[in-house]
Amino acid sequence: RHHSQPAIVPQLHLLQTATAFSRSCSRPPLPSSPAIVPPLPSLPPHPADHSSSLLHQQLGKENPTWNSGSDSKMLIPQTKNIGLPLMNLMRFKGLPILQQLHIEEQLLRTSSENWCIVNDGTNDPTIVIGVSGKPAELLEIESVLDDQVPVIRRFTGGGTVIVDHGTVFVTFICNKEAVPNLQPYPRPIMSWSSSLYSKVFQGIGDFHLRENDYVFGNHKFGGNAQSITKNRWIHHTSFLWDFNVQNMSYLKHPKRAPAYRSARSHLDFICRMKDYMPRSTFMDKTVEATETQFSLRPIQLEAIRTCSEAEFCPSSRFLTNEELDAAAVALQS
Amino acid sequence: MALRMWASSTANALKISCSSKPNVSLAFSLSRCFSTVLDGLKYANSHEWVKHEGPVATIGITDHAQDHLGEVVFVELPEQGGSVSQGKGFGAVESVKATSDINSPISGEVVEVNSKLSETPGLINSSPYEDGWMIKVKPSSPSELESLMGPKEYTKFCEEEDASH
Repeated sequence: RHHSQPAIVPQLHLLQTATAFSRSCSRPPLPSSPAIVPPLPSLPPHPADHSSSLLHQQLGKENPTWNSGSDSKMLIPQTKNIGLPLMNLMRFKGLPILQQLHIEEQLLRTSSENWCIVNDGTNDPTIVIGVSGKPAELLEIESVLDDQVPVIRRFTGGGTVIVDHGTVFVTFICNKEAVPNLQPYPRPIMSWSSSLYSKVFQGIGDFHLRENDYVFGNHKFGGNAQSITKNRWIHHTSFLWDFNVQNMSYLKHPKRAPAYRSARSHLDFICRMKDYMPRSTFMDKTVEATETQFSLRPIQLEAIRTCSEAEFCPSSRFLTNEELDAAAVALQS
Repeated sequence: MALRMWASSTANALKISCSSKPNVSLAFSLSRCFSTVLDGLKYANSHEWVKHEGPVATIGITDHAQDHLGEVVFVELPEQGGSVSQGKGFGAVESVKATSDINSPISGEVVEVNSKLSETPGLINSSPYEDGWMIKVKPSSPSELESLMGPKEYTKFCEEEDASH
Protein backbone atom coordinates (compact mmCIF):
# COMPACT_ATOMS: atom_id res chain seq x y z
CA ARG A 1 0.00 0.00 0.00
CA HIS A 2 1.46 3.36 -0.93
CA HIS A 3 1.34 6.20 1.49
CA SER A 4 2.56 9.73 1.31
CA GLN A 5 6.07 10.35 2.49
CA PRO A 6 6.42 12.67 5.45
CA ALA A 7 6.39 16.26 4.26
CA ILE A 8 8.39 17.67 7.13
CA VAL A 9 11.62 17.34 9.07
CA PRO A 10 13.94 15.71 6.54
CA GLN A 11 16.86 16.09 8.93
CA LEU A 12 15.47 13.88 11.62
CA HIS A 13 17.49 10.70 11.71
CA LEU A 14 15.00 8.91 13.88
CA LEU A 15 12.21 9.78 11.49
CA GLN A 16 14.15 8.33 8.58
CA THR A 17 14.96 5.33 10.68
CA ALA A 18 11.32 4.89 11.57
CA THR A 19 10.38 5.03 7.89
CA ALA A 20 13.06 2.48 7.10
CA PHE A 21 11.64 0.24 9.80
CA SER A 22 8.21 0.36 8.27
CA ARG A 23 9.59 -0.72 4.92
CA SER A 24 12.20 -3.25 5.93
CA CYS A 25 10.65 -5.07 8.87
CA SER A 26 8.40 -7.99 8.06
CA ARG A 27 6.15 -9.44 10.74
CA PRO A 28 7.35 -7.69 13.87
CA PRO A 29 8.79 -9.92 16.55
CA LEU A 30 6.71 -10.86 19.57
CA PRO A 31 8.04 -9.52 22.84
CA SER A 32 9.71 -12.86 23.45
CA SER A 33 12.09 -12.46 20.55
CA PRO A 34 15.56 -11.93 21.92
CA ALA A 35 16.28 -8.97 19.64
CA ILE A 36 19.02 -6.84 21.05
CA VAL A 37 17.44 -3.57 22.03
CA PRO A 38 19.98 -1.27 23.60
CA PRO A 39 18.67 1.67 25.55
CA LEU A 40 18.53 5.03 23.87
CA PRO A 41 21.60 7.12 24.56
CA SER A 42 21.35 8.90 27.88
CA LEU A 43 20.27 12.47 27.64
CA PRO A 44 22.26 15.31 29.15
CA PRO A 45 21.84 15.80 32.90
CA HIS A 46 18.61 17.50 33.77
CA PRO A 47 19.16 20.69 35.73
CA ALA A 48 17.34 19.22 38.72
CA ASP A 49 19.06 15.88 38.55
CA HIS A 50 22.48 15.62 40.08
CA SER A 51 22.92 11.91 39.58
CA SER A 52 22.34 11.48 35.85
CA SER A 53 24.43 9.27 33.65
CA LEU A 54 27.12 10.46 31.31
CA LEU A 55 26.42 12.80 28.46
CA HIS A 56 26.24 11.08 25.09
CA GLN A 57 24.35 13.44 22.91
CA GLN A 58 24.26 17.14 22.53
CA LEU A 59 21.00 18.94 22.89
CA GLY A 60 21.39 20.73 19.59
CA LYS A 61 19.15 23.59 20.50
CA GLU A 62 18.88 25.76 23.56
CA ASN A 63 16.95 24.12 26.26
CA PRO A 64 14.56 26.74 27.55
CA THR A 65 14.74 25.38 31.09
CA TRP A 66 18.37 26.45 31.36
CA ASN A 67 19.41 29.98 32.15
CA SER A 68 22.69 31.04 30.60
CA GLY A 69 25.18 32.96 32.61
CA SER A 70 25.87 36.34 31.06
CA ASP A 71 29.66 36.18 30.65
CA SER A 72 30.44 32.51 30.68
CA LYS A 73 29.11 29.39 29.05
CA MET A 74 28.13 27.98 32.43
CA LEU A 75 24.48 27.11 32.62
CA ILE A 76 22.59 27.85 35.78
CA PRO A 77 19.98 25.24 36.46
CA GLN A 78 16.50 26.15 37.55
CA THR A 79 15.64 24.63 40.87
CA LYS A 80 11.91 25.14 41.13
CA ASN A 81 11.03 21.55 40.28
CA ILE A 82 13.61 19.71 42.34
CA GLY A 83 11.96 16.70 43.93
CA LEU A 84 9.52 15.97 41.11
CA PRO A 85 10.30 13.06 38.82
CA LEU A 86 11.83 14.05 35.52
CA MET A 87 9.92 13.88 32.25
CA ASN A 88 11.11 14.72 28.76
CA LEU A 89 8.67 16.70 26.61
CA MET A 90 8.63 16.49 22.82
CA ARG A 91 6.26 18.62 20.80
CA PHE A 92 5.48 18.10 17.15
CA LYS A 93 3.18 19.64 14.62
CA GLY A 94 1.84 17.49 11.85
CA LEU A 95 4.13 14.52 12.52
CA PRO A 96 2.84 11.53 10.56
CA ILE A 97 1.03 9.21 12.94
CA LEU A 98 3.07 6.15 12.00
CA GLN A 99 6.28 7.99 12.90
CA GLN A 100 4.72 9.06 16.19
CA LEU A 101 3.80 5.47 16.98
CA HIS A 102 7.29 4.24 16.10
CA ILE A 103 8.91 6.83 18.34
CA GLU A 104 6.52 5.97 21.16
CA GLU A 105 7.08 2.24 20.95
CA GLN A 106 10.83 2.72 20.84
CA LEU A 107 10.76 4.98 23.88
CA LEU A 108 8.52 2.57 25.76
CA ARG A 109 10.71 -0.42 25.04
CA THR A 110 14.21 1.01 25.09
CA SER A 111 14.26 4.17 27.20
CA SER A 112 14.40 4.27 30.97
CA GLU A 113 13.10 7.83 31.20
CA ASN A 114 9.65 9.37 31.38
CA TRP A 115 8.24 11.09 28.30
CA CYS A 116 5.40 13.31 27.23
CA ILE A 117 4.71 13.70 23.53
CA VAL A 118 2.33 16.26 22.07
CA ASN A 119 1.62 16.09 18.34
CA ASP A 120 -0.52 18.90 17.02
CA GLY A 121 -2.31 17.19 14.14
CA THR A 122 -1.08 14.60 11.69
CA ASN A 123 -0.51 15.10 8.00
CA ASP A 124 -2.78 12.66 6.15
CA PRO A 125 -6.15 11.25 7.21
CA THR A 126 -5.30 7.81 8.51
CA ILE A 127 -7.28 5.02 10.14
CA VAL A 128 -5.58 3.54 13.19
CA ILE A 129 -6.84 0.26 14.64
CA GLY A 130 -5.79 -1.38 17.90
CA VAL A 131 -3.40 -4.28 18.21
CA SER A 132 -6.09 -6.93 17.90
CA GLY A 133 -8.55 -5.09 15.70
CA LYS A 134 -10.18 -7.02 12.88
CA PRO A 135 -10.43 -4.70 9.87
CA ALA A 136 -13.50 -6.39 8.41
CA GLU A 137 -15.43 -5.85 11.65
CA LEU A 138 -14.26 -2.28 12.16
CA LEU A 139 -14.05 -0.72 8.72
CA GLU A 140 -16.11 -0.21 5.59
CA ILE A 141 -13.32 -1.88 3.67
CA GLU A 142 -14.62 -1.27 0.15
CA SER A 143 -14.75 2.48 0.77
CA VAL A 144 -11.36 2.43 2.48
CA LEU A 145 -9.83 0.65 -0.51
CA ASP A 146 -11.64 2.76 -3.10
CA ASP A 147 -10.47 5.97 -1.47
CA GLN A 148 -7.04 4.57 -0.57
CA VAL A 149 -7.23 5.60 3.05
CA PRO A 150 -4.14 4.32 4.87
CA VAL A 151 -4.81 1.88 7.72
CA ILE A 152 -2.33 1.37 10.55
CA ARG A 153 -2.37 -1.37 13.18
CA ARG A 154 -0.82 0.21 16.28
CA PHE A 155 1.00 -1.48 19.14
CA THR A 156 -1.46 -0.49 21.86
CA GLY A 157 -4.86 -1.92 22.67
CA GLY A 158 -8.20 -0.23 22.25
CA GLY A 159 -10.43 0.74 19.39
CA THR A 160 -10.43 2.41 16.00
CA VAL A 161 -9.94 6.05 15.12
CA ILE A 162 -9.55 8.08 11.98
CA VAL A 163 -7.07 10.85 12.57
CA ASP A 164 -6.06 13.91 10.57
CA HIS A 165 -4.89 17.49 10.98
CA GLY A 166 -7.79 18.11 13.38
CA THR A 167 -6.56 15.50 15.86
CA VAL A 168 -4.32 16.44 18.77
CA PHE A 169 -2.28 13.61 20.27
CA VAL A 170 -0.96 13.50 23.82
CA THR A 171 1.13 10.61 25.09
CA PHE A 172 2.64 9.72 28.45
CA ILE A 173 5.34 7.09 28.74
CA CYS A 174 6.37 6.37 32.34
CA ASN A 175 8.34 4.08 34.55
CA LYS A 176 6.01 2.26 36.89
CA GLU A 177 7.39 4.17 39.88
CA ALA A 178 7.06 7.55 38.21
CA VAL A 179 3.61 8.29 39.57
CA PRO A 180 3.53 7.65 43.34
CA ASN A 181 1.03 5.02 44.49
CA LEU A 182 -0.02 4.15 40.93
CA GLN A 183 -0.39 0.45 40.12
CA PRO A 184 0.65 -0.30 36.52
CA TYR A 185 -2.70 -1.64 35.38
CA PRO A 186 -5.18 -0.25 32.86
CA ARG A 187 -7.79 1.23 35.18
CA PRO A 188 -5.47 2.99 37.64
CA ILE A 189 -3.51 4.49 34.75
CA MET A 190 -6.74 5.60 33.09
CA SER A 191 -7.88 7.14 36.36
CA TRP A 192 -4.58 8.99 36.79
CA SER A 193 -4.70 10.41 33.29
CA SER A 194 -8.29 11.55 33.71
CA SER A 195 -7.37 13.40 36.91
CA LEU A 196 -4.65 15.22 34.97
CA TYR A 197 -7.08 16.25 32.25
CA SER A 198 -9.64 17.25 34.87
CA LYS A 199 -7.23 20.07 35.70
CA VAL A 200 -7.07 21.03 32.02
CA PHE A 201 -10.85 21.11 31.59
CA GLN A 202 -11.76 22.37 35.01
CA GLY A 203 -15.12 24.06 34.81
CA ILE A 204 -15.42 23.36 31.11
CA GLY A 205 -18.03 21.30 29.40
CA ASP A 206 -18.76 18.73 32.14
CA PHE A 207 -15.53 16.86 31.36
CA HIS A 208 -15.02 13.42 32.77
CA LEU A 209 -13.79 9.95 32.07
CA ARG A 210 -16.75 7.83 30.96
CA GLU A 211 -15.86 4.14 30.90
CA ASN A 212 -12.56 4.57 29.02
CA ASP A 213 -13.28 7.69 26.99
CA TYR A 214 -12.91 11.38 27.65
CA VAL A 215 -16.30 13.05 27.29
CA PHE A 216 -18.06 16.33 27.60
CA GLY A 217 -21.39 15.24 29.04
CA ASN A 218 -21.97 12.00 27.19
CA HIS A 219 -20.18 12.95 23.99
CA LYS A 220 -16.75 11.48 23.37
CA PHE A 221 -13.93 13.72 22.25
CA GLY A 222 -10.90 11.71 23.35
CA GLY A 223 -10.01 8.04 22.86
CA ASN A 224 -7.40 6.25 24.95
CA ALA A 225 -5.10 3.30 24.53
CA GLN A 226 -2.31 1.78 26.56
CA SER A 227 0.52 -0.69 26.53
CA ILE A 228 1.98 -2.01 29.77
CA THR A 229 5.34 -3.73 30.04
CA LYS A 230 7.07 -5.19 33.06
CA ASN A 231 8.38 -1.87 34.36
CA ARG A 232 6.83 0.83 32.16
CA TRP A 233 3.61 1.91 30.59
CA ILE A 234 2.31 4.16 27.86
CA HIS A 235 -1.02 5.94 27.84
CA HIS A 236 -1.85 7.82 24.67
CA THR A 237 -4.88 9.77 23.64
CA SER A 238 -6.22 11.08 20.38
CA PHE A 239 -8.31 14.20 20.93
CA LEU A 240 -10.93 15.24 18.39
CA TRP A 241 -10.25 18.92 18.34
CA ASP A 242 -11.99 18.86 14.99
CA PHE A 243 -12.98 16.16 12.55
CA ASN A 244 -14.27 15.65 9.05
CA VAL A 245 -17.79 14.24 9.05
CA GLN A 246 -17.20 12.30 5.85
CA ASN A 247 -14.23 10.47 7.36
CA MET A 248 -16.42 8.90 10.01
CA SER A 249 -18.22 6.97 7.31
CA TYR A 250 -15.17 4.70 6.92
CA LEU A 251 -15.74 3.31 10.41
CA LYS A 252 -18.35 0.70 11.27
CA HIS A 253 -20.18 0.67 14.54
CA PRO A 254 -17.85 -1.50 16.63
CA LYS A 255 -18.97 -4.77 18.19
CA ARG A 256 -17.31 -3.80 21.46
CA ALA A 257 -18.70 -0.39 22.30
CA PRO A 258 -19.06 1.31 25.66
CA ALA A 259 -22.49 1.01 27.24
CA TYR A 260 -22.95 4.77 27.39
CA ARG A 261 -22.75 4.95 23.61
CA SER A 262 -26.27 3.50 23.62
CA ALA A 263 -26.05 2.46 19.98
CA ARG A 264 -25.62 6.04 18.79
CA SER A 265 -24.11 6.65 15.39
CA HIS A 266 -20.61 8.15 15.24
CA LEU A 267 -21.87 11.66 14.65
CA ASP A 268 -24.32 11.48 17.56
CA PHE A 269 -21.69 9.97 19.83
CA ILE A 270 -18.67 12.24 19.35
CA CYS A 271 -18.10 15.96 19.68
CA ARG A 272 -15.42 18.49 18.82
CA MET A 273 -13.07 19.94 21.42
CA LYS A 274 -12.93 23.14 19.38
CA ASP A 275 -16.41 23.93 20.63
CA TYR A 276 -15.01 24.05 24.17
CA MET A 277 -11.42 25.24 24.11
CA PRO A 278 -8.89 26.81 21.74
CA ARG A 279 -6.32 24.36 20.44
CA SER A 280 -3.22 26.07 21.76
CA THR A 281 -4.91 26.59 25.14
CA PHE A 282 -5.54 22.87 25.39
CA MET A 283 -1.92 21.97 24.65
CA ASP A 284 -0.53 24.63 26.97
CA LYS A 285 -2.83 23.65 29.82
CA THR A 286 -1.94 20.00 29.34
CA VAL A 287 1.73 20.83 29.69
CA GLU A 288 0.99 22.96 32.74
CA ALA A 289 -1.02 20.17 34.36
CA THR A 290 1.84 17.76 33.67
CA GLU A 291 4.27 20.17 35.29
CA THR A 292 2.41 19.87 38.58
CA GLN A 293 3.61 16.27 38.77
CA PHE A 294 6.80 16.18 36.74
CA SER A 295 9.82 18.33 36.12
CA LEU A 296 9.57 18.81 32.37
CA ARG A 297 12.53 19.08 30.05
CA PRO A 298 11.82 20.00 26.42
CA ILE A 299 13.70 17.73 24.05
CA GLN A 300 14.17 18.01 20.31
CA LEU A 301 13.82 14.86 18.27
CA GLU A 302 17.39 15.19 16.99
CA ALA A 303 18.60 14.49 20.51
CA ILE A 304 17.30 10.93 20.56
CA ARG A 305 19.22 9.12 17.90
CA THR A 306 19.18 5.37 17.57
CA CYS A 307 22.50 3.55 17.53
CA SER A 308 21.65 1.66 14.38
CA GLU A 309 18.61 0.95 12.27
CA ALA A 310 18.56 -2.75 13.02
CA GLU A 311 18.29 -2.70 16.76
CA PHE A 312 14.63 -2.04 17.36
CA CYS A 313 11.78 -3.05 15.11
CA PRO A 314 8.53 -1.30 16.01
CA SER A 315 5.36 -3.28 15.47
CA SER A 316 2.95 -0.52 14.36
CA ARG A 317 2.59 -0.79 10.59
CA PHE A 318 0.43 -0.09 7.60
CA LEU A 319 -1.92 -2.86 6.57
CA THR A 320 -1.45 -3.77 2.92
CA ASN A 321 -4.07 -3.71 0.21
CA GLU A 322 -3.79 -7.48 0.11
CA GLU A 323 -4.52 -7.81 3.80
CA LEU A 324 -7.56 -5.57 3.56
CA ASP A 325 -8.81 -7.40 0.47
CA ALA A 326 -8.39 -10.73 2.21
CA ALA A 327 -10.28 -9.44 5.26
CA ALA A 328 -13.16 -8.28 3.08
CA VAL A 329 -13.30 -11.65 1.28
CA ALA A 330 -13.19 -13.58 4.55
CA LEU A 331 -16.09 -11.56 5.89
CA GLN A 332 -18.22 -12.32 2.86
CA SER A 333 -17.54 -16.07 2.95
CA MET B 1 -16.83 -6.92 43.39
CA ALA B 2 -14.18 -8.32 45.70
CA LEU B 3 -16.65 -10.73 47.31
CA ARG B 4 -17.88 -11.95 43.93
CA MET B 5 -14.30 -12.51 42.88
CA TRP B 6 -13.66 -14.40 46.10
CA ALA B 7 -16.69 -16.58 45.49
CA SER B 8 -15.78 -17.37 41.91
CA SER B 9 -12.18 -17.95 42.86
CA THR B 10 -13.27 -20.32 45.59
CA ALA B 11 -15.50 -22.17 43.16
CA ASN B 12 -12.61 -22.46 40.76
CA ALA B 13 -10.33 -23.68 43.47
CA LEU B 14 -12.82 -26.29 44.57
CA LYS B 15 -13.21 -27.46 41.00
CA ILE B 16 -9.45 -27.69 40.76
CA SER B 17 -9.16 -29.84 43.84
CA CYS B 18 -11.95 -32.13 42.68
CA SER B 19 -10.67 -32.64 39.18
CA SER B 20 -7.02 -32.91 39.94
CA LYS B 21 -5.24 -36.21 39.69
CA PRO B 22 -5.26 -38.35 42.83
CA ASN B 23 -1.55 -38.02 43.42
CA VAL B 24 -1.65 -34.23 43.23
CA SER B 25 -3.49 -32.44 45.95
CA LEU B 26 -4.16 -28.79 45.53
CA ALA B 27 -5.21 -26.82 48.52
CA PHE B 28 -5.88 -23.16 48.25
CA SER B 29 -5.19 -20.25 50.45
CA LEU B 30 -6.93 -16.94 50.35
CA SER B 31 -5.16 -13.69 50.67
CA ARG B 32 -6.73 -10.81 52.45
CA CYS B 33 -6.88 -9.08 49.07
CA PHE B 34 -9.43 -11.71 47.95
CA SER B 35 -7.37 -13.06 45.08
CA THR B 36 -6.88 -16.80 44.96
CA VAL B 37 -3.38 -18.10 45.45
CA LEU B 38 -2.87 -21.82 44.98
CA ASP B 39 -0.54 -24.08 46.86
CA GLY B 40 1.77 -26.17 44.74
CA LEU B 41 2.56 -23.34 42.34
CA LYS B 42 5.42 -20.88 42.15
CA TYR B 43 4.94 -17.21 41.44
CA ALA B 44 6.82 -14.38 39.76
CA ASN B 45 6.72 -10.78 40.98
CA SER B 46 5.15 -9.88 37.63
CA HIS B 47 2.14 -12.03 38.60
CA GLU B 48 2.63 -15.15 36.51
CA TRP B 49 2.39 -18.64 37.98
CA VAL B 50 4.19 -21.82 37.05
CA LYS B 51 3.24 -25.42 37.85
CA HIS B 52 6.13 -27.81 37.43
CA GLU B 53 5.07 -31.41 36.83
CA GLY B 54 7.85 -33.71 35.73
CA PRO B 55 9.42 -32.62 32.44
CA VAL B 56 6.83 -29.90 31.73
CA ALA B 57 5.96 -26.63 33.40
CA THR B 58 2.62 -24.89 32.80
CA ILE B 59 2.47 -21.11 32.91
CA GLY B 60 -0.32 -18.59 33.24
CA ILE B 61 -1.22 -15.37 35.00
CA THR B 62 -2.55 -15.22 38.52
CA ASP B 63 -5.98 -14.39 39.82
CA HIS B 64 -4.55 -11.11 41.17
CA ALA B 65 -3.34 -10.20 37.68
CA GLN B 66 -6.54 -11.04 35.85
CA ASP B 67 -8.57 -9.15 38.41
CA HIS B 68 -6.46 -6.02 37.98
CA LEU B 69 -6.32 -6.30 34.20
CA GLY B 70 -10.05 -6.55 33.64
CA GLU B 71 -11.88 -8.49 30.98
CA VAL B 72 -9.36 -10.09 28.65
CA VAL B 73 -10.42 -9.76 25.00
CA PHE B 74 -7.35 -10.95 23.15
CA VAL B 75 -4.27 -13.05 23.89
CA GLU B 76 -1.05 -13.13 21.90
CA LEU B 77 1.08 -16.21 22.53
CA PRO B 78 4.31 -17.59 21.08
CA GLU B 79 4.43 -20.49 18.70
CA GLN B 80 5.16 -24.03 19.73
CA GLY B 81 8.86 -24.68 19.43
CA GLY B 82 9.79 -21.13 20.40
CA SER B 83 11.83 -20.32 23.46
CA VAL B 84 11.10 -18.26 26.53
CA SER B 85 13.52 -16.65 28.98
CA GLN B 86 13.02 -15.99 32.65
CA GLY B 87 11.77 -12.47 33.23
CA LYS B 88 11.31 -11.71 29.54
CA GLY B 89 8.04 -11.16 27.71
CA PHE B 90 6.57 -14.06 25.76
CA GLY B 91 3.18 -12.72 24.88
CA ALA B 92 0.52 -10.20 25.75
CA VAL B 93 -3.07 -9.93 26.83
CA GLU B 94 -5.42 -7.17 25.79
CA SER B 95 -7.96 -5.92 28.30
CA VAL B 96 -9.91 -2.68 28.52
CA LYS B 97 -7.83 -0.45 26.26
CA ALA B 98 -4.47 -1.91 27.17
CA THR B 99 -2.12 -4.55 25.91
CA SER B 100 -0.05 -5.93 28.77
CA ASP B 101 3.10 -7.99 28.43
CA ILE B 102 3.19 -11.45 29.97
CA ASN B 103 6.62 -12.41 31.27
CA SER B 104 7.91 -15.94 31.64
CA PRO B 105 8.79 -17.09 35.16
CA ILE B 106 11.28 -19.61 33.75
CA SER B 107 13.37 -20.29 30.68
CA GLY B 108 12.75 -23.13 28.28
CA GLU B 109 11.19 -24.41 25.09
CA VAL B 110 7.50 -23.93 24.38
CA VAL B 111 6.02 -27.40 23.90
CA GLU B 112 2.34 -26.52 23.89
CA VAL B 113 0.19 -23.41 23.58
CA ASN B 114 -3.40 -23.13 24.80
CA SER B 115 -5.28 -22.79 21.55
CA LYS B 116 -8.61 -22.28 23.34
CA LEU B 117 -7.52 -18.79 24.31
CA SER B 118 -7.80 -17.47 20.76
CA GLU B 119 -11.55 -18.13 20.71
CA THR B 120 -12.20 -17.75 24.43
CA PRO B 121 -9.71 -15.31 25.94
CA GLY B 122 -12.07 -14.83 28.90
CA LEU B 123 -10.90 -18.18 30.27
CA ILE B 124 -8.02 -16.22 31.72
CA ASN B 125 -10.50 -14.29 33.85
CA SER B 126 -12.81 -17.17 34.76
CA SER B 127 -10.16 -19.86 35.28
CA PRO B 128 -6.69 -18.32 35.55
CA TYR B 129 -5.07 -21.42 37.07
CA GLU B 130 -6.85 -24.12 35.05
CA ASP B 131 -8.55 -23.58 31.70
CA GLY B 132 -6.80 -20.20 31.32
CA TRP B 133 -3.29 -21.69 31.24
CA MET B 134 -1.18 -20.10 28.51
CA ILE B 135 1.86 -22.16 27.59
CA LYS B 136 3.61 -25.35 28.57
CA VAL B 137 7.37 -25.23 28.67
CA LYS B 138 10.20 -27.73 28.93
CA PRO B 139 12.38 -25.95 31.50
CA SER B 140 15.98 -25.42 30.45
CA SER B 141 17.14 -24.45 33.97
CA PRO B 142 14.93 -26.07 36.60
CA SER B 143 16.90 -24.30 39.34
CA GLU B 144 15.21 -21.07 38.22
CA LEU B 145 12.11 -22.25 40.06
CA GLU B 146 13.92 -21.75 43.32
CA SER B 147 14.15 -18.03 42.70
CA LEU B 148 10.35 -17.74 42.47
CA MET B 149 7.94 -17.08 45.31
CA GLY B 150 5.91 -19.73 47.07
CA PRO B 151 2.19 -19.21 47.79
CA LYS B 152 2.61 -17.55 51.17
CA GLU B 153 5.32 -15.23 49.93
CA TYR B 154 3.27 -14.31 46.87
CA THR B 155 0.17 -13.68 48.96
CA LYS B 156 2.14 -11.29 51.13
CA PHE B 157 3.62 -9.67 48.01
CA CYS B 158 0.13 -9.00 46.62
CA GLU B 159 -1.08 -7.59 49.92
CA GLU B 160 1.90 -5.26 50.17
CA GLU B 161 1.50 -4.16 46.58
CA ASP B 162 -2.19 -3.40 46.99
CA ALA B 163 -1.66 -1.70 50.35
CA SER B 164 1.02 0.61 49.04
CA HIS B 165 -1.16 1.92 46.21
